[in-house]
Amino acid sequence: MYRYDEFDHDFVKARVAEFSDQVERRLGGEITEDQFRPLRLMNGVYLQLHAYMLRIAVPYGTLNSKQMRMLGHVARKYDKGYGHFTTRQNIQFNWPALSDIPAILADLASVEMHAIQTSGNCIRNVTADHFAGAAADEVADPRPYAEILRQWSSVHPEFSYLPRKFKIAVTGAERDRAAIQTHDIGLHLKKNDKGELGFAVYIGGGQGRTPMVARKIRDFLPEEHLLSYTTAILRVYNLHGRRDNKYKARIKILVHETGVDEITRQVDAEWQALKDGELKLPEADVAAIQAYFAPPALAARPEGDEAVKLARLDSKSFGDWIDQNVFTHRNPDYAAVTISLKGIGEVPGDATDSQMEAVADIAERYGFDEIRVSHEQNLILPHVARADLKAVYDALVAIELATANSNLISDIIACPGLDYCALANARSIPVAQEISKRFASLERQRDIGELKLKISGCINACGHHHVGHIGILGVEKKGAELYQVTLGGSADEHTSVGEIIGRGFGPEEITDAIETIVETYLAIRLDRSEKFLDAYRRIGPAPFKEALYASEAKAA
Amino acid sequence: MKILTANRLTDGEAVWFAADGTWAETIDVAETVDDKAGEARLEAIGKAAHDNNEVVDVNLIDVSLVGGTIRPLRLREAIRAAGPTNRLDLGKQARPSAGAA
Repeated sequence: MYRYDEFDHDFVKARVAEFSDQVERRLGGEITEDQFRPLRLMNGVYLQLHAYMLRIAVPYGTLNSKQMRMLGHVARKYDKGYGHFTTRQNIQFNWPALSDIPAILADLASVEMHAIQTSGNCIRNVTADHFAGAAADEVADPRPYAEILRQWSSVHPEFSYLPRKFKIAVTGAERDRAAIQTHDIGLHLKKNDKGELGFAVYIGGGQGRTPMVARKIRDFLPEEHLLSYTTAILRVYNLHGRRDNKYKARIKILVHETGVDEITRQVDAEWQALKDGELKLPEADVAAIQAYFAPPALAARPEGDEAVKLARLDSKSFGDWIDQNVFTHRNPDYAAVTISLKGIGEVPGDATDSQMEAVADIAERYGFDEIRVSHEQNLILPHVARADLKAVYDALVAIELATANSNLISDIIACPGLDYCALANARSIPVAQEISKRFASLERQRDIGELKLKISGCINACGHHHVGHIGILGVEKKGAELYQVTLGGSADEHTSVGEIIGRGFGPEEITDAIETIVETYLAIRLDRSEKFLDAYRRIGPAPFKEALYASEAKAA
Repeated sequence: MKILTANRLTDGEAVWFAADGTWAETIDVAETVDDKAGEARLEAIGKAAHDNNEVVDVNLIDVSLVGGTIRPLRLREAIRAAGPTNRLDLGKQARPSAGAA
């Protein structure tokens, strides 16, 4: 993975010193809250319901064991013993004292981590496929390009005060696991007929109160033009994006209001002036960054198949976990493992300090020191020898992180919601917990099959509800929580925004409503191979509406 | 009926302005007011505390008295006063004295 060079170390150290001084001056009363607020936000410090919240960047979701151990240390020493992994592959701590944040940032800097640009109207953490560098279906590792974008966008003088925040995601496979079409810029790394690397470029995707699927504006951008073309997009957005209304300030609105053809023309015009200048990526520089992401030396471990076969005979639960949480690696002796942070009835994305430390140990011993955070709020061990899977499984069982539910209905994305968040209108976590408990039976979950359920506690959609196969949006109506359900959303290469199915449900009704939807799907599917999303796309909302609301219609 | 709430500058702890003139860490001792003059007085106290860098995010919130106990009308404020509903071991509700009232 990427290692800081001298410049990076100095830069992060200088920022820690600068922000520590700002905190000290704030606590000493030398600067006002109005002056301090933008400064703290630039360093990832929010104020939530119960306390401050610190959001720490995990670039493209990649961590090593030392960094994960440090997150455990921060949780234990400065917070309340846990952290929350987010849908942007970052981690949030919910209870830090402002007076402790300089010490936290200094500790993080010692392991090459920081909280810079995790808030504010700038380019945020660049996210990537969590199986990057490991997936069998990958054309090339997208992370070197995410790293190039990270370096380019860090305190970029021209793009530090954009009309609104800006999110970029990169994937290196046809199968989109990075939800690139829901981002301001989505990049699909691929090869052309000549075998050269480049990107399909999408812009204007986003969720929030105006969900939009990104539009493809270029089918193949040669890799050397990554920064010149991205700069051209940002320039057009920075110039024309609306600053008069924060609800209309994202690039998706500009694309929608201007029209994709005209925006593409403007971007191309800007790009013509940039493409052969200093932003053109020298091959040597790309190669130098790629070298940081060179895959680990994977020794042949052909005994894996036999080991897995024998262990399966011994343990059904291990077999279930293999079937559900183990992903095909490009090396047949190896596998990528999803560590579910969605134990039945647990808080999606939360991990305790000791779990973080134990995952760090497992990654060090069996996983080439690599850990990923997925945007689905799980952790990933990208390179595990199949021969070691049983040992990894046993170690995960010991820390209660071996739930075999990846991509099943209890693998829920949920934002912190009203239990923590100052923007939320309704709770998300208890809804996720109740649904998870209702569908606790793994047998039942596997019978239902792949089903992505996503919950947000307000229209800002941090819980990605718009693109859940089943989406739940919490709102406040007449002082009470109400949950609106959308069906048919998706965040893969066939991204779609879910459709509202009808009136919302109270907190006591929502789990029953979800169960009704699931039972309706089971009744209408052609057979077990027809997934929920496919069945919905084939038949549409009618049977679901009928099942949810018919009795009311008759009563009325 | 209203009370004055904020978060303490140094650590972000949710606090309420109490009848004894301090910022209390629990809602039960908050000073209640039920007229415009009382609200204006609390607002002035809040502004002064904000300007004096003691607290941030100062708000007057609606409450009612239920059996002599202060209950916020909005769920948001009830959660601030107690803690996360999914983690009863955290926040004010986890304090030894919580629930005694």
